[in-house]
Amino acid sequence: MSTATGTPSPGTSGALVPGGGPGAALLSLNNVEVIYDDVILVLRGLSLTVAEGQIVALLGSNGAGKSTTLKAVSGLLPSEHGEVTDGTISFRGEDITRVDAAQRVTRGMSLCMEGRHVFEHLSVAENLVAGAYTRSGKESAEDLDKVYEFFPKLADMRARIAGYLSGGEQQMLAIGRALMARPTLLMLDEPSLGLAPLLVQEIFGYIKRLNTETGLTVLVIEQNARRALEVADHGYIMEQGRIVLEGPAAELRENPDVKEFYLGLGEEGGRKSYRDVKHYKRRKRWL
Amino acid sequence: MSTFLNLLVYGLADGAILALAALGFVLIYKATSVINFAQGEFLLVGAYMFYTAFVVLGLPLVAAVLVGVVVATLIGVLVERFILRPMIGEDPISIIMVTIGLSMLLKALVQMFYGTSPKSQPAILPRSSVEFLGATVPLNRLLVILIAAVVLTAFTIFFRRSRHGIAMRAVADDQQAAMTMGISVRRIFALAWVLAAVSALIAGVLLADISAVDQNLAGFGLMVFPVVILGGLDSVPGTIVGGLIIGLLTQFVSGYQDPGLATVVPYVVLVLILLVRPYGLFGETRIERV
Ligand SMILES: Nc1ncnc2c1ncn2[C@@H]1O[C@H](COP(=O)(O)OP(=O)(O)OP(=O)(O)O)[C@@H](O)[C@H]1O
Ligand SMILES: [Mg+2]
Repeated sequence: MSTATGTPSPGTSGALVPGGGPGAALLSLNNVEVIYDDVILVLRGLSLTVAEGQIVALLGSNGAGKSTTLKAVSGLLPSEHGEVTDGTISFRGEDITRVDAAQRVTRGMSLCMEGRHVFEHLSVAENLVAGAYTRSGKESAEDLDKVYEFFPKLADMRARIAGYLSGGEQQMLAIGRALMARPTLLMLDEPSLGLAPLLVQEIFGYIKRLNTETGLTVLVIEQNARRALEVADHGYIMEQGRIVLEGPAAELRENPDVKEFYLGLGEEGGRKSYRDVKHYKRRKRWL
Repeated sequence: MSTFLNLLVYGLADGAILALAALGFVLIYKATSVINFAQGEFLLVGAYMFYTAFVVLGLPLVAAVLVGVVVATLIGVLVERFILRPMIGEDPISIIMVTIGLSMLLKALVQMFYGTSPKSQPAILPRSSVEFLGATVPLNRLLVILIAAVVLTAFTIFFRRSRHGIAMRAVADDQQAAMTMGISVRRIFALAWVLAAVSALIAGVLLADISAVDQNLAGFGLMVFPVVILGGLDSVPGTIVGGLIIGLLTQFVSGYQDPGLATVVPYVVLVLILLVRPYGLFGETRIERV
């Protein structure tokens, strides 16, 4: 476990082996700085590494810059007047900092945006077809069957209009749609947002299965740190546009600070209300 | 009875052409949120491009249609690339002004190259009539209805089944999410303009064949507005129903009442329908849930 002190401290994950294979760095961000509208500095030298075959959790409070991080990785910043002004992002050993969003999908990364963003007026099947836009017709027909097999619920609802599905069903659809691009790296921005606890468990079950059964690498943002650290191999904690803490998920779970601020457990082990946590947060920051 | 049947056929033919013209308008609005005031001029330019290939250059019919399609495609791409793309992010009023400017530019270009007097073009569709339920109806109107129906069906299949058609609807729904699927939003915008220009070309050629190759083609295109507001700005089936309603209405009023009234009636109906259904008859209902 290492506590970063402003300067990036990669290497702790032991995931910087170049080249392919499990354990090698699939994605790495190096001192990335992001500015919106030319003035709003959101990421301040963020560095993180996602090793191939792992589930990596990115945690942090509201406004820390988690979504911005995923947008920077998937190339969505220009559509929001944002820009990577410093640092590099590399994927499979290639610098993709300036590559356009569509190209990044072709190279093997897929993002499931915060708030699901299914195509509301399209049917479930059409949503999935749209997800396979970068692939050939034959491949996508095969993948469609696989997604239906993986999410049997979606198969039953293939003709339904996506906008009328429940939140949990929409989340499955959003994940299924992202899988249709056949990514090597799947990025999920708060997949549990607005879902009942049982559904959250179901969604994380799916994420874990995807990782173990197909070797898919996953980078997931979560507010629910407990749930995320249960399934993740590695975790990063963000504050104000920087990584302030990182380590194997098992270690993070035991870290007293993490327990207190993110798992909602006080010294005595009892559950604290979110309000208390917020209050603490104001007094004591990570740095 | 025979008057009724004739008016019915004339109305359906007008309506079918209107539906084609309105289709392009709706595509552009749906995919790019731009209200294209130059849609009528697209009809005009399309008809003159075809006239140039068919009459001036003397190409065979099929080749002339292909040339028309290629030129329309080019116009669609150029308009999107050099006129609309630089306007992305500007406020809607400026964009409307730009499309009005575009409409004047296209009209002026046509006048500059071709003058203002009507051009004579040999009839493409047969001028004969057929007996139908005791009435004599012109064959060319029936063929216009048929051709428009085939083209509209082809477009519908494109949007329902093809990868690019679905991608276009995806962009219309949620641009950012579409980008995360690797869909190039710019390319989809260009595609929308191309399809609009091509459908307007077909509408323009059909219309010119049953009327004349002249400046009035753009005026007919103006009726696209009552059609799309009736059908809902963003609905493809709506444009078909809207087109047919306006087409039939103007023909019936003009046949049974008087032609002057017929030009006003679409707008009266338009206001009445808007009072009852603000999104038009088929406008997409905003899906609201958490
Ligand atoms: N398009 C934008 N333009 C300007 N500022 C933005 C934009 N998007 C995000 N921000 C700002 O950047 C900061 C980080 O936002 P971001 O969405 O990345 O946070 P987050 O960690 O994902 O938060 P949450 O947990 O609430 O989703 C916030 O202060 C936000 O106001
Ligand atoms: Mg977020």
